[in-house]
Order: sequence, then structure tokens, then C-alpha cells
Amino acid sequence: MNSTTEKLFIKGNEVMCEAAVRAGCRFFAGYPITPQNEVPEYMSWRLPQAGGIFLQAESEIAAINMLFGASSTGTRCMTSSSSPGISLKQEGISYIAGAELPCVIANIQRGGPGLGNIRGSQADYFQATKGGGHGDYRLIVLAPATCQELWQLTMNAFDYADYYRNPVMILGDGILGQMAEPVEPIPYKPIVDLPDKDWILDGCKNRDPRVIRTLFLRPSDALMKHNLHLQDKCHTIQTELELVEKVNIDDAKLVVTAYGSTARIARGAIQMARHKGMKVGLIRPITLWPFPYVPFLEATETAKKFLVCEMSQGQMIEDVMLACQCKRPVEFFGYGGGWYPTSEKIFDHIQAVYEE
Amino acid sequence: MNDSEVKIIIAGFGGQGVVLTGNVIARAAMLENKNVTLMVSYGAEMRGGTANSTVVISQEAVASPYVEIPDIAIILNRPSLDRFEPVMAEGGTVVLNTSLINRRVERPDLKIANIDATEIARRLGVIRAANMVALGAFAGTTGLLKPDSLMQAVREMFEKKKPQFVDINRKALQAGMEAVQV
Repeated sequence: MNSTTEKLFIKGNEVMCEAAVRAGCRFFAGYPITPQNEVPEYMSWRLPQAGGIFLQAESEIAAINMLFGASSTGTRCMTSSSSPGISLKQEGISYIAGAELPCVIANIQRGGPGLGNIRGSQADYFQATKGGGHGDYRLIVLAPATCQELWQLTMNAFDYADYYRNPVMILGDGILGQMAEPVEPIPYKPIVDLPDKDWILDGCKNRDPRVIRTLFLRPSDALMKHNLHLQDKCHTIQTELELVEKVNIDDAKLVVTAYGSTARIARGAIQMARHKGMKVGLIRPITLWPFPYVPFLEATETAKKFLVCEMSQGQMIEDVMLACQCKRPVEFFGYGGGWYPTSEKIFDHIQAVYEE
Repeated sequence: MNDSEVKIIIAGFGGQGVVLTGNVIARAAMLENKNVTLMVSYGAEMRGGTANSTVVISQEAVASPYVEIPDIAIILNRPSLDRFEPVMAEGGTVVLNTSLINRRVERPDLKIANIDATEIARRLGVIRAANMVALGAFAGTTGLLKPDSLMQAVREMFEKKKPQFVDINRKALQAGMEAVQV
């Protein structure tokens, strides 16, 4: 584990933990839930090794509020859960977003609604990208498709969180969390110039006290001004941060789009289609918020149709339709409840909707 | 899916070492610089129940870590044979632990590798190494991975936490390679 060159072969959940520790995460609070149980397990022995603190909280709600405290001190911190547990955290996430506290929240999604089941799912897209908690805020949402990308994006997540003073969500799923594949443990290097944390609470001897708050009662327009500031920040993030992978788009008559585990499975289907001479490409959003609208609009010029695949009843499809501005039809293939696609099934669907 | 991709399932009772076996295969593939994924059945598993792990080895990036139609199955007990025989790929290979499976494979298209895995492991003195005997049979039959890679993977798996088990597992692997009957 100490070597930087030897490849790792551990589950996605553990890949995420190791990357977090190497990116400087020194506080983790969480509560067990399948399919992310390896996360608190790994952190429970690994963080103390690195001089950090692992805390099994009494609930998901306690865990997210512990992050409020940890982040206030300038500590890189993280919590993790799966869908029902992430629902419980929403109040705390809203507070953290309101107070502009950097932290990383991992959602290794499982089937819902309710307690659902323990299989992988992508039915929390709306919750992750459109709100979840109350008030006007946004999470930066990252959607890795492979364990290698999970390694990299976990490291980047801490940087984005600190740079923008905004919580970042890693939106994975039970497949990514439970699968193992070789990972090259690329050393941590900040992806942005990290600003000084001149806002943290570290004792106010010889300086004015600082306050981190989410309650703005006076003057009467204080909260409105705070909201305008948050909105400005969102616009900045939207301008600066947009991660997307495009495969075989230039001549594509049909553009398949998917994120996370579904995207890697869709990639297999696109290869099958290309072998049969069908002009099919892939747009894979890596940031789900900000959503990469522009590549879709550009693709409407050559593509005749879009096909969205999700492990849900259809959530990201709404952003794809917005992006395409009704210029092209947008088809859907997917189910919720813990269903997962195979490359063969996606390929069948490609054949059904494809037009030369 | 494509010709360069091989899908493997290892199935047996919980406790027979299907997870470890999957791990050894996947690590051996990694040592040979192949693309590989490992997925272990999780959730409502219990001691004595059936468990399985799946490995996908490919020249190209692996699309899905799930295995619906296995090309190769290492079957350690009877319930697993009943469950996976019907879904095997046409012409697939089944490595069968004949010590614990008291029926024949019915499908004529499948290639069968019989191995008296539990009995051989018992004779080696460690009945728990039956999975490694079966893995040896897999190596001897399929030629998918080099014996050296599997031996190295076994060493890596055990040497840190349980170095006393490296030798016996390697012996069991070797015994399986030699004893397999196709």
C-alpha cells in the first residue's frame, strides 16, 4: 500500500478512501450502510495511521453535522453513505452549503425510494444535482465511471471543495463501490492553486473573531445578499468547471449518453455498434453539476437522436433534453430499483432507435 | 461481448473461499497486465449459504463487471451447479469439485474439468485449500493465465497477513493442476 508505483487492487469503496487520505483528508464521520460499508471500515484503520480521526457517528445526521465542525477548523473532511443515509444528511448539507464549508460527501447509491434494496442504482441524480436540502445552493457533483477515475476525482473533490468553499458530492453507485479493478495510485497533486483558509475558526488570539453562520436575520437584506453571493459563486463554478468525455461524436448519428457505471457499460454497447458500422457515439458527463450542456447542443448538428441510459426511471434525461433545446428527439433506456444494464441490452436498444 | 473478453464465475458455499479464489484470478490477470474486474456477491449472504464472485478479463477496458453468461465456471458445490449450468455460455468450461457434487453435467456442449478438490485438499492436510486445488484445475484446463502468475498472486495474497499459508496454498494449486481430468 505504501508504494506509489505498484498498482492497487481493492474495491472502489476502498480506492476512494485511500485517495481521500492521500489528498489530505484527516477527518471522517459516517454510519454503516450497504453498499458502502467498506468506506467506514477502511477509514477506521487507515485514518488513524495518517494522524487523522475516524468517528463512527450515532447516525448519518450526526456525521454530516460533525463535518460542519471539522470543516470550520480548516480540516479536510469527508462523510459517506448510501441513498437513504444521504437523504438523512440533507439538512446538514444545506447548512454546510449555506456556511460555505468545504467537504466531500460520497453517495454510493442503492435502489430507492425508501429503504429500497442494496443493489447499485442512479436514482439520486435529482437529489444530488437539483438540491435535496432546502434553500438556493448547489453541490459540485462528480460521477466517476472506473476505479481509476474514482481515485483521481476523489483527490480533485477535496481541491474543488477548498477552492470554491463548497461541498462536493462524489456520486457513485453500488457497482462502482463493490467492484475491484487495477488502479495506478497516482500521487496527490493539487489540481488548482489552493487559497489560504483565512476564514477558519482556529482561535482568535491577536485577531478579530470570525463567525461561521447560516442564520442571517439582520439587516433585513443580509440573507438576500448572501444568496446573491452564493449565486455568483455558482456562476463562477459553471463557467470554470465542466468535465465531460466525448467518444466518437464527430460523425455520430446517434449519441448515447450515460454517467458512472452505466457509462462504462454503454461504452461496450457502442463498440458493438461501431463493429456493425453504425455511427454511434458517447457523451459522458463527469460533472453532473455543473452539467455539460454545450457538448450536447453541439452534437445536435450531426446527431439525429440521443439515447439516455440510466439506472433510474429517467432523471439526467431532463438535463439532456434541456441541453438539446428540442432540436432532436431524446430516447430513454433504464429502470430503477437496483436494475443494471448489460452492454448487450443497451446495444439492442441502440438498434431499435438508430436511424442512418 | 467481444472475443477478447472472458467471463468467469466462482461459486460455492460461503466459507469455501470463492472470494479469495476470485481475488487470486484477478490479481494474476493484473500481473499479466490484462484489464480485469472483480465483483463479489454481497448483501444477504450467510455462512453455509451460496456465494459467488465474478471476474472479467479483457484485452480492452472491461465494460461491465457483472457476469450474466459465464464462459468459465469454477463450481465448488451442488447448488451452484444447479444454478449456473443453465446460464453458461455455449461451449463454456466448467471446473467441477467432484468431491461435493454427486451429479453429472447435463449439457453436452460444456467442457468439463473434474477435480476431486476437497479430497485432495484433505490429503494435503488443509481441507480449506480445496478452492486452490480447484483453481489449479482451472489453470491446467483453460491456460487462460500462466501458472507463475497465479503462484505469484497467491504469494501476494497471503504473505503480508498469513505468511504461514503461502506454501500450502501453492501446493494445493500445484496439486490441482496435476490432478485435473478433462
